Amino acid sequence: MENILQVLFVLFLMIIGYLFGSYREKRHFKSLQQREKNTLHLSVANFGNQQALIAEVTETKLIVGSVVISIDYFKKISAILRNLVGGKVIVYESLLDRSRREAVLRMKEQAIEWQAKQVLNVRLETVAIGGRFGGRTDPGSIEVIAYGTGVK
Amino acid sequence: MILTTLETVPGKNITEHYGLVQGSTIRAKHIGKDIMAGFKNIVGGELKSYTELLQEAREEAVKRMEDQAEQKGANAVVNIRFATSSVAQGAAELFAYGTAVKVE
Repeated sequence: MENILQVLFVLFLMIIGYLFGSYREKRHFKSLQQREKNTLHLSVANFGNQQALIAEVTETKLIVGSVVISIDYFKKISAILRNLVGGKVIVYESLLDRSRREAVLRMKEQAIEWQAKQVLNVRLETVAIGGRFGGRTDPGSIEVIAYGTGVK
Repeated sequence: MILTTLETVPGKNITEHYGLVQGSTIRAKHIGKDIMAGFKNIVGGELKSYTELLQEAREEAVKRMEDQAEQKGANAVVNIRFATSSVAQGAAELFAYGTAVKVE
């Protein structure tokens, strides 16, 4: 009896995770697209000043954008199941994709606010952040930081 | 103090070189935030409190790196890199390092 209840509870969480998670993800992607369009005019490069810089740089500033995004319960369970058979873990791909885009966007938005002409030598860093419960039952989250040098 | 991820400071010349400087800090999340994050873990999405926590921690790491550079008599840190690692359950280390230089 207790086992059945446990299975039902996991199923319940999965359904909640799926419904809310995919809704929130869709909304996030929509906002990402919109904001990417808005920030398109700022040039971002991951090379340094080996190439010619834009004329007359007067000021530089370190700009950092970061975000922590948690995966939902449905994705967690499907990734565990996927681990059994191997292959592409599609549910995680969208998570990493939107985290990176969000981090880069936050960096760009800060740069625009500071009126940068260009952001140079951009680096991306990803790290998995473990939760309190640890191990298999921990749904986990990832942090992405994007940082670079704004010039104007 | 000029901070940059470039190898040099645009429009300025490096006159002196003081070597590697670094700053790091380890932060743990407090339990209230953790419980809220637990709920968020079911539905997914951004964990704003963690984003802020890690941002503050990163600023602290940069501050420590700056202090070290200042002690050496530098006025700029070039080629800055960041790293984050979760060293223990519920704690993360934020780490910043770069090269301290004097520019003119």
